Order: sequence, then C-alpha cells, then structure tokens
Amino acid sequence: MASDDLWILGIHMTKFGKHPDKDMVDLASEAVLGALADGGVTMADMGVIAAGSLMAASAGIGQQLQKQLGQTGVPVYNVANACATGATALRVAMMAIKSGEADFGLAFGVEKLAGAGLLTGGSRKDDSGVFTPSGRYGAVAPIDGRIGTEIMPGVFAQIGMEYGHRYGGTSFELFARISEKNHAHSTLNPLAAYSKRMTLEEIMGDFMVAYPNTRPMCSANCDGAAAAVVVSGAKLRTLSLEQQRRAVKVSASVLTTDPWEESCQILPDVNTLTRNAATTAYEQAGIGPSDLDLVELHDCFATAELVHYDNLMLCEQGGAVDFFESGATWRDGAMPVNVSGGLESKGHPIGATGIANVWEVTTHLRGEAGPRQIEGATVGLTHVIGLGSACGVHILEKSAA
Amino acid sequence: MAKQIPLVDYLVLGDHPHLVAHECTTCRARYFDRRNACASCGQTAFTTVDLPTEGEVRAFTIVAFAAPGIPTPFVAAMVDCGGTSVRANLINVPPDPEHVSLGMQVRLATEVVGTDDEGTEAIGFGFEPREG
Repeated sequence: MASDDLWILGIHMTKFGKHPDKDMVDLASEAVLGALADGGVTMADMGVIAAGSLMAASAGIGQQLQKQLGQTGVPVYNVANACATGATALRVAMMAIKSGEADFGLAFGVEKLAGAGLLTGGSRKDDSGVFTPSGRYGAVAPIDGRIGTEIMPGVFAQIGMEYGHRYGGTSFELFARISEKNHAHSTLNPLAAYSKRMTLEEIMGDFMVAYPNTRPMCSANCDGAAAAVVVSGAKLRTLSLEQQRRAVKVSASVLTTDPWEESCQILPDVNTLTRNAATTAYEQAGIGPSDLDLVELHDCFATAELVHYDNLMLCEQGGAVDFFESGATWRDGAMPVNVSGGLESKGHPIGATGIANVWEVTTHLRGEAGPRQIEGATVGLTHVIGLGSACGVHILEKSAA
Repeated sequence: MAKQIPLVDYLVLGDHPHLVAHECTTCRARYFDRRNACASCGQTAFTTVDLPTEGEVRAFTIVAFAAPGIPTPFVAAMVDCGGTSVRANLINVPPDPEHVSLGMQVRLATEVVGTDDEGTEAIGFGFEPREG
C-alpha cells in the first residue's frame, strides 16, 4: 500500500428506521463506537472529526458527540451539504489525512427524520394583505404551486421525465419496476427501514405523490446514523495484519457541484455534475465502469435511479431504459445496483446516507454481507447527490493483503 | 376593471402578455431572477429580452400532494420556449397523464391567482395546450 493511499479502517451503520427513544447523539454514538471497534481504534487515535447532519450541523453535532465519547481537543468540522452531507463529511476527513494533518480521521453522519413529511415545499406562506413585489423574482405572493413545484418528489419526477423526453422509452410502469427491484433487494437487508417485497401492482396502486412517483417510489424519511474511520496508507502499514486485511481502499473520492447549463436554474441539472464526478473518479481509480461489481447510487426517487445509470456511465449514453430492461441492475445481473434496497426501502436519513452507502459496499468487499453478499466483489462505487447541487462519488477496492 | 399586478416581475401584462428574461450581454445566458452576475461567465452586464409565448413541454409532473393551501392535483412543467427553459404550471388542461404529454406544444396564458385587501388582482401565468 502506497503511503498516500486512503483506507476505510472501520465502518458501521445503525439500523435505519424509527428510533423514538434515541436522540441524534445516541444514534451518532452508536455508529461511531461501532466504527471505532470495527477498526480496532479509539477516539484518542482520531486526529480529525467531520460531523455530517443537515439538521444539526449548525448545532455543533460533532462537539455534542465529543461530549459523550471523548473530548480530545482535535478539530471538528460540522458539515451540511444537502443530501451529499455524509459523503462531504467523509471527504473532509480524507482531505485532512491527505494534507498530512492527521493519520486517522473520523467521519459520521446522522439524522432524525422519521415522519418528517415533505422536506421542501411542505408549507407555504399565506398571501399578504397588500400585494407588494419582493424577493429575487419580485413576487407579490408565494409561487410554489403557482409556478411549478418545490417538492422533491415533483422535481425528481421531472428529471426522470426529461430523460424520457430526450431518449424515449420511459413510462410510469418502467419507473415503478425500478422501485420493485429495490424493494425486492431490501428483503435481504436487516438494517433497512422497510424490508417488505412489493409487487408492481402494489407500487403503482399506492398513494400518488407526484406522477409518476408513488409513495414507495420515494426515499423513506427515517432516523439513522453511519460512521467511518479513515486511515493513511502509511499508518495502516503499522497496524495488525488483520486490520490491513479488512481495510478497504478508497481508490477515488470526488465532490462536484453543478456547472452552468441552460436550464439548470429552472429544473436542477443532476446529470452534468454526476457525470463529471464519475469521470474524475474513474480516472483517479484507473478503472472503468465495466470493472465495478456493485453500485450504490442515489435513488432518492425511482425516477432518479434511471438517469444515474447513464450519468455514472453504467450504460451507453441514452441507453438507461434498455440497460434496466436487460435485468443488469438486479442483484443477480451484470451490474447490481442498490442491493441494500436503496433509499426507497433502506431509507434516507440524509446526513447518514453518504456514509451508509460506503458501509454497504465495504461490507461486500470484505465478504461480510451474509445472505445478500455479491460473490467475489472486489470493486464498488457509491454515489450521492444533494440538490443545490453537490455530488459525491467514491470508488472502493478490496484489500490485496 | 380591477387593478392588476403580475405575480412575478418577469411577467409583462397588457394586450400581449409575455415573459422577459435578463440576458447576459457577454455569453447570452438567460435568467429570471435578480442578478448579481452571470453564473455562466461571471460578467455583470445584462439586457432584457422578450421570450416567445409558444413552447414545448420538456418535462412535467402531476403534483398530488403539496403544502396546505395549494390546490391539487396540478401539473408542474419545464417548457422550452425557443431555446429558453421556463418553469410553469400547465393550465386549462385536465391534470392527468391522458391529457398531458412530453413534447406537447403549448402557449402562454394568464390567470388571476389572488386578490388582495385593496382589490388588486395578482395575475399569474401558465402554459395551455396549443390547438392544431
């Protein structure tokens, strides 16, 4: 292992779902203690802490965790970056190690969102008594619902529909079948918030949120946390053979934002920044998409999963519908996608998501995924996207030790 | 006739209602919001341009669940007006997949969205199907 390589030494996620008796510090502590134990290290070893939480970053969730697990005096970075929060926290810890400021870094992500409902567009102000233009559009009254929609299920519905307009082949049923796959995958994941198989009829007949996304085609708001201990290659060489054997190499770690495109301030462009991140990640790792054994991508809605097959270059440009129709992305297919059940069934506690997907891939690369193990997995990719926008991509490789 | 005010400042009322955009004088990128600079090229000079009132639906969703006070279902869409993308609702069309389709040809239409305490009407816009 090269000195400047980065490795996942320990990693853990809580069960995603409803945890009414635990607060965010409890959930984060469970994840962090699990990751430290998994890596055979302690809080005293950590040289930097990156704490990801969309809801609690401004409340200093990193220091709140230290107050419970160890006030060691090391720098804490509280991070919020929409749905890319967890991946961003992980990158912050990695950058600190890359810069030489730390040998070990701790990243965690946590959220409590069970029963949260619509996270944007969930409320709208009343019209004012006298119409007066205000804000950047000179609006005299709230515009959500009057000029398009602000709800995420509706925004991502349009993103999937726009792909269909460009390349053809999409339908309500096609998108529902993507959800059917992920719900089927979740039955093997005991940590998923929902692990019930759903038939196509059940999915299409469920409560419509924003056509073509019904409720089971939307990511599940839930509680959960995930944490990872990252170590430099130089430091890993000094650790036990068992730690070296279970360590997973971070072959690429990339964060991008959305470059300007004609329509990007009308409908968020989640495509260009994902393609840019993937291109850079494949270059950093020195591999191509065909080398991947499994992918955990950001299926915040069934309509989003389809476009990311293309954005991550898992298929040829414009070929996402045929790629899905081929069965490739089922767990027994050529390119298993979201074998964890994805955000639609595993759940989406926002800050935790970008570390939980690394946990999933790491667990397969270690051969420790039990009944849902992808046999012989040696390389995997994780992807998250946060609207605004930010995209995080990590490529992970099994240890050669 | 009641006094009228546009819902947003980029809707121009009158005999021929239409939308306007801020266009960067350097790279021609277009925006609807108040600008500090151009997100595409960084320059700060803009001119105002009129948009075509006809376009094509590039993406849509039928929102069935929204904030309290927003009537549902409604159709939210992205409409391509001669190369400039516009966010809008599709109006004067039943909000179901049998009547709304990708690639549908539409034209701008206005409607009253509310009346304030002084009797002033706020006029909003949407796009409606274009016959023939």
